[in-house]
Amino acid sequence: MTAPTEKQNIHDYLAEFDDIPGTRVFTAARARKGYWLNQFAMSLMTPENREAWKADERKYLENWPMSDEQREAILARDYNRCLDLGGNVYFLAKVFSTDGLSFAEAVSSMTDMTFPEYREMMNKGGRSPQGNRSIKGGY
Amino acid sequence: MARITAGVASSHVPLLGVAVDQGKTGDEYFGPIFAGYEWTKAWEKEEKPDVVILVYNDHASAFDMKIIPTFAIGCGERYKSADEGWGPRPVPDVEGHADLGWHIAQSLILDEFDMTIINEMDVDHGMTVPLSMMFGQPEKWPVKVVPLAVNVVTYPVPSGNRCWALGEAIARAVESFPEDLNVQIWGTGGMSHQLQGPRAGLLNREWDNKFLDMLIGDSDAARFIPHLEYLRETGSEGIEMVMWLVMRGALGKKTKCLHRHYHIPCSNTAIGHLVLEPTE
Ligand SMILES: [Fe+2]
Repeated sequence: MTAPTEKQNIHDYLAEFDDIPGTRVFTAARARKGYWLNQFAMSLMTPENREAWKADERKYLENWPMSDEQREAILARDYNRCLDLGGNVYFLAKVFSTDGLSFAEAVSSMTDMTFPEYREMMNKGGRSPQGNRSIKGGY
Repeated sequence: MARITAGVASSHVPLLGVAVDQGKTGDEYFGPIFAGYEWTKAWEKEEKPDVVILVYNDHASAFDMKIIPTFAIGCGERYKSADEGWGPRPVPDVEGHADLGWHIAQSLILDEFDMTIINEMDVDHGMTVPLSMMFGQPEKWPVKVVPLAVNVVTYPVPSGNRCWALGEAIARAVESFPEDLNVQIWGTGGMSHQLQGPRAGLLNREWDNKFLDMLIGDSDAARFIPHLEYLRETGSEGIEMVMWLVMRGALGKKTKCLHRHYHIPCSNTAIGHLVLEPTE
């Protein structure tokens, strides 16, 4: 090793994540909160479960010890709300893939753009990091 | 004696797998992306590696929230393509190299890297997309694979420095394997992308290219990039680039760049690809 790395305090490490605009870093706290929400989503990896889910979504969710807020957020496909309630996009991907949505379309629903607008932004080089790096720093 | 002869870095966007499976690799959208892999495909045919140590992450396929290994190594005989919610990709099974896998696992643990050992699992786009990019659509993959899975989903993920050091330890482990094997190491994922929240769609061409530059030559500055910088500059999923550092660490002090490709966008993501050779 060429340079010693300073050991970082876990509280400082986690606190820094709150300064990133429009982003929910998947911390242990979120992972704990979203445990069953994510495990429910994971269950959609088999064709049988996808059929049962499609047949009656509300009933399917009864099998999972999720909060009412989490159930409503999933039924409404409100993915930003799902993130707030501990969802992780790789798990939520099982839900939107079952809906037949691409990653890009599902992801666009979390922004303030329509899918065609979002697609156009991506084709023009994506969202600029300029002004999107830090809330406090504004850069 | 086994030796690491080259390192390959590549994004592993699931849509690239869809493009291959649906025969769209030459169209207007995907053509420029796949064109940047033609050189590598031809080079791999010449190089004929026996084994690839494939550093990737599982995207809620083999590992759910029940068990979250930071570093895990596949020691099994074969791995099937995972059903990620739209049915498994129609690709050949991935054949493992159990002897080399177990040898590396044991060596790493003695070298103080406390690995999780995997005997059975399905593998998702994180692994099958890079194989498709480098080898196209063969009936059987032309290499055996030792999967090396890194947690880059639940924080804290391992530091860049730790990933680099793991790569160094992997190189030592490979060198002590008695069989004469041509081994490559691939680092996959990235480059800039964010798949969540109102900031989704962030891409950073300038930062990505600085990162590519840092992996070429004798600098080891990339190992000290903090997680916060990846998150701010490259989006929440850009953190996957720490997996490239496992590959870079395994190539030793200095590298030479044989091939480089960068393209924006593929779906939500910036595509980056490097072929590196260790130079001492
Ligand atoms: Fe990934």
